Amino acid sequence: MSRSCWAVTLCAVAGMLGACGERPQELTGRKIQGSAASWQGPATSFTVSGWKVGDESSWDAHMRVRAQAQNEQVRVGASR
Amino acid sequence: MARMKFICDAERCIECNGCVTACKAENHVPWGVNRRRVVTLNDGVPGEKSISVACMHCSDAPCMAVCPVDCFYRTDDGVVLHDKDVCIGCGYCSYACPFGAPQFPSNGTFGLRGKMDKCTFCAGGPEDNGSQAEFEKYGRNRLSEGKLPLCAEVCSTKALLGGDGDVVADIFRSRVVVRNSGSEVWGWGTAYGKPASGATPKPAKPEGTK
Repeated sequence: MSRSCWAVTLCAVAGMLGACGERPQELTGRKIQGSAASWQGPATSFTVSGWKVGDESSWDAHMRVRAQAQNEQVRVGASR
Repeated sequence: MARMKFICDAERCIECNGCVTACKAENHVPWGVNRRRVVTLNDGVPGEKSISVACMHCSDAPCMAVCPVDCFYRTDDGVVLHDKDVCIGCGYCSYACPFGAPQFPSNGTFGLRGKMDKCTFCAGGPEDNGSQAEFEKYGRNRLSEGKLPLCAEVCSTKALLGGDGDVVADIFRSRVVVRNSGSEVWGWGTAYGKPASGATPKPAKPEGTK
């Protein structure tokens, strides 16, 4: 193999190995971890009844009912 | 999975500021900071309209996009929260937010700008749910107690609705139907006026789109 071929090969290998030294370019190393999901509670003296702490579907259903309670037209009938 | 949203009915809001007071009391919000406030258009003129504004917990939140330290995150319920331990108080989020939600307490001798504070949808922060550390930094975590934000629950005229976006939108839609306003209260015409009344015409779609 000619000397120029060796030179080209060495350059290519050096270029490929250069990528191994790439540093991570993320904005921050730390990703914020939120606290536990709301449905996980915990149960405290302030927790309202009507749902089971730790049960996601129960919490979802309870929150829907609670949100629907803001609709007074359901409670008192349709009015302006 | 719930997508928590606020909606304020301008036909009902009477500018009582009950939501503002309730928020401050519930979350021990410091002086100089109002996570929620009531904005009145044409104040003093017959037909004035008021609306209660706070963080809208945007699906594509500009505050998250511009934050240089990436202190924002979104919960599974669609609530946009931030970590005060990461926030550097630069104020970029304040410039980016179209609702003026991010607030900065003025404390210290020279009025230093502290850590950003904003509405949490009463969902606290990254600390453990219901912990003292969470309360001191972010206020109450009512969602983990099975409650909705106090501002919405306390609203006397039920102008301010909070909760799963599907539910609150249904409530508002049913009110619109009862008022006999019809479908015209939704959409472009309501938000920007009709072309006949001199409003800006709807922008044309860019070429090449179907």
